[in-house]
Amino acid sequence: MKDRNHLSNVGLSHEVQIIKNGILDIPMLQLLQADGKPHDGAVLPSLDQETVQKIYDTMQYIRVLDERMIAAQRQGRISFYLACTGEEASTIGSAAALKPQDMIMSQYREQGALAYRGYSTEQFMNQMFSNELEPNKGRQMPIHYGAKELNFMTISSPLGTQIPQASGYAYGQKMAGEEAITICYFGEGAASEGDFHAGLNMAAVLNCPVVFFCRNNGYAISTPAEEQFAGDGIASRGLGYGVKTIRVDGNDVMAVYAATEQARKIALEENCPVLIEAMTYRLAAHSTSDDPTGYRSKDEEEKWRAKDPILRLEAWMEAKGWLDAEANKQYVEKTRQEVLQELKRVEQVPICVVDEIVEDVYDTPPWHLRKQLKDLKEHIAKYPEAYPKTSGRL
Amino acid sequence: MVKMNLLQAINDALISMMTQDERVMVFGEDVGHFGGVFRATSNLQEKFGKARCFNTPLTEQGIIGFANGLASQGSIPVAEIQFGDYIFPAFDQIVNETSKFRYRSGGQFSCGTLTIRTPYGGGIAGGHYHSQSPEAFFAHIPGMKIVIPRNPFQAKGLLLASIKDDNPVLFMEPKRLYRASVGEVPEEDYELPLGKAEVTAKGSDITLLAWGAQMEIIEKAAEMAALDGISCELIDLRSILPWDAETVCESVMKTGRLLINHEAPLTGGFASEVAATVQENCFLHLESPIARVCGLDTPYPLSHEKEYMPDHLKTYEAIKRTVNF
Repeated sequence: MKDRNHLSNVGLSHEVQIIKNGILDIPMLQLLQADGKPHDGAVLPSLDQETVQKIYDTMQYIRVLDERMIAAQRQGRISFYLACTGEEASTIGSAAALKPQDMIMSQYREQGALAYRGYSTEQFMNQMFSNELEPNKGRQMPIHYGAKELNFMTISSPLGTQIPQASGYAYGQKMAGEEAITICYFGEGAASEGDFHAGLNMAAVLNCPVVFFCRNNGYAISTPAEEQFAGDGIASRGLGYGVKTIRVDGNDVMAVYAATEQARKIALEENCPVLIEAMTYRLAAHSTSDDPTGYRSKDEEEKWRAKDPILRLEAWMEAKGWLDAEANKQYVEKTRQEVLQELKRVEQVPICVVDEIVEDVYDTPPWHLRKQLKDLKEHIAKYPEAYPKTSGRL
Repeated sequence: MVKMNLLQAINDALISMMTQDERVMVFGEDVGHFGGVFRATSNLQEKFGKARCFNTPLTEQGIIGFANGLASQGSIPVAEIQFGDYIFPAFDQIVNETSKFRYRSGGQFSCGTLTIRTPYGGGIAGGHYHSQSPEAFFAHIPGMKIVIPRNPFQAKGLLLASIKDDNPVLFMEPKRLYRASVGEVPEEDYELPLGKAEVTAKGSDITLLAWGAQMEIIEKAAEMAALDGISCELIDLRSILPWDAETVCESVMKTGRLLINHEAPLTGGFASEVAATVQENCFLHLESPIARVCGLDTPYPLSHEKEYMPDHLKTYEAIKRTVNF
């Protein structure tokens, strides 16, 4: 057995020293200024025009989707929606820096990452209408996406549970010898959950190739960051767990891409976790059930609207000569039409037959579930009008 | 056949699974080089390396969260929670994640390969926090399987089946039997069925149902009752979820009487579920009310452990009351 000394790295002090917040300044990586001009000396990631266009288009796509789906919810066509307005650079810029084989474990505001992976409008609609074509079989609320073929883990509502899971998933990828990492998204509010601490600590101790991506968007529903934690954001915690950490301007898509690209490389090559804290702002309400006017001012929102990540990228593209305003206008219009069309069409698709209610609880339904289903179907047959969505297909 | 205690049988099953499939990984607090506080994971790290058998930080929610991720990736995690009493920080991961992974994703992802091992139960002077029997909490979670062995032979066969089963299993080990229970165990692999109870003794006057370490208690009570001319049929439930109502009901329809014994507190214990189902299915066959001999509705006490436990004497008295109703 080897001798250990847990004090071997501890330095000495001969006066009472109180270590305070702020001793360690964790700067925020910013490559593009608010007007889209690169900072002097900033090294931008080497992205070709096609990739930049894809990032830009996905940002536009998501903005259209968010806008249309909020409207659909207001019209009573879907029960719930959750927009990511203002955070598109964080989720799309980071997703763009990954490889398709990397697993994405998201919180719930990362539809941008999913769209970047290729999730189609039809798939978005199927999920939000909980219909029989949806791979999750309509069992969860709108926006709880999951797509195995895109390596996008099905979302669950409890906050932070995906964080230690991401550590475990990444450990499995490493053990299987895959050239892949796991990225785990969460908000600064979710980072108060015990699972955050458990997940980061385990990933650090067990050398898991996982990138923890915190979207610090200033609010957890109505609770502002200042009432969420007293320390220096989430980044400072990474250092406490021995996790390599980077803080980045979440509204600067170039900075987000550069940070994530580097984090992925470190995670994979060094078999270790990396924490990214993206500083951004949730311009959207928490969800369609929320009204931000009750807890923040219009002025505050306006200040952040001016930092719109899409405008910043647009300005950079324009300076580069990569912006085709006309084509962009057409793309946005086409997307609007597509969303409306799919929404209308998918609305008509039925939900799963009632037999699905007992499937996937176990690998096969045990006796008690089979019995409960049989009783249920007999009951529905007796009162078909009360259960119109399933009674016609018993 | 080899003589083994319950711990050795568990260790044997783990070695077998880790040998057969390199995706099997065993982890938890102190399970690495030390081999676990009860030594259930002895020598696994030496045999299979630190990457496949390792210590985790002291975080039950982290252990199960990590295990959920690992299982969903396709590995076969066998996670240890050092004491059943300390499983509650992981309750959210088990209730909201482990058990719902498959359902919520429409079968795209699942934690089916996960097995959670944890010692439970009293009788070892463990007080509040080293004695509880929390099976009923988990019996309320659709998607979980709960398995409890009563001896070394059962432990090996049920653990092998649990690890191979494509559903998450909570495998609860009666810790007071770890070294006390010794028996013949086949060297080769064998699986015992999950979700299937076992009639361990035939009888005609009353059915006694228990699981885990309480099987010894009802056996002892049945011996006492036999001297009074009462013939007891004994059933080891073995799986709490899904549970084998068919075997239990068949027996009750024959004997007309049922007594259920468990260490956990009476109120909301799994005996309540069994009693409700049995009265529903066997109403016209019942000759007396269903008896429950359980722990008191108190925290598990230390100095009054003997008084708290649903022992053979309390069981014997309840048998007589039920038969003479």
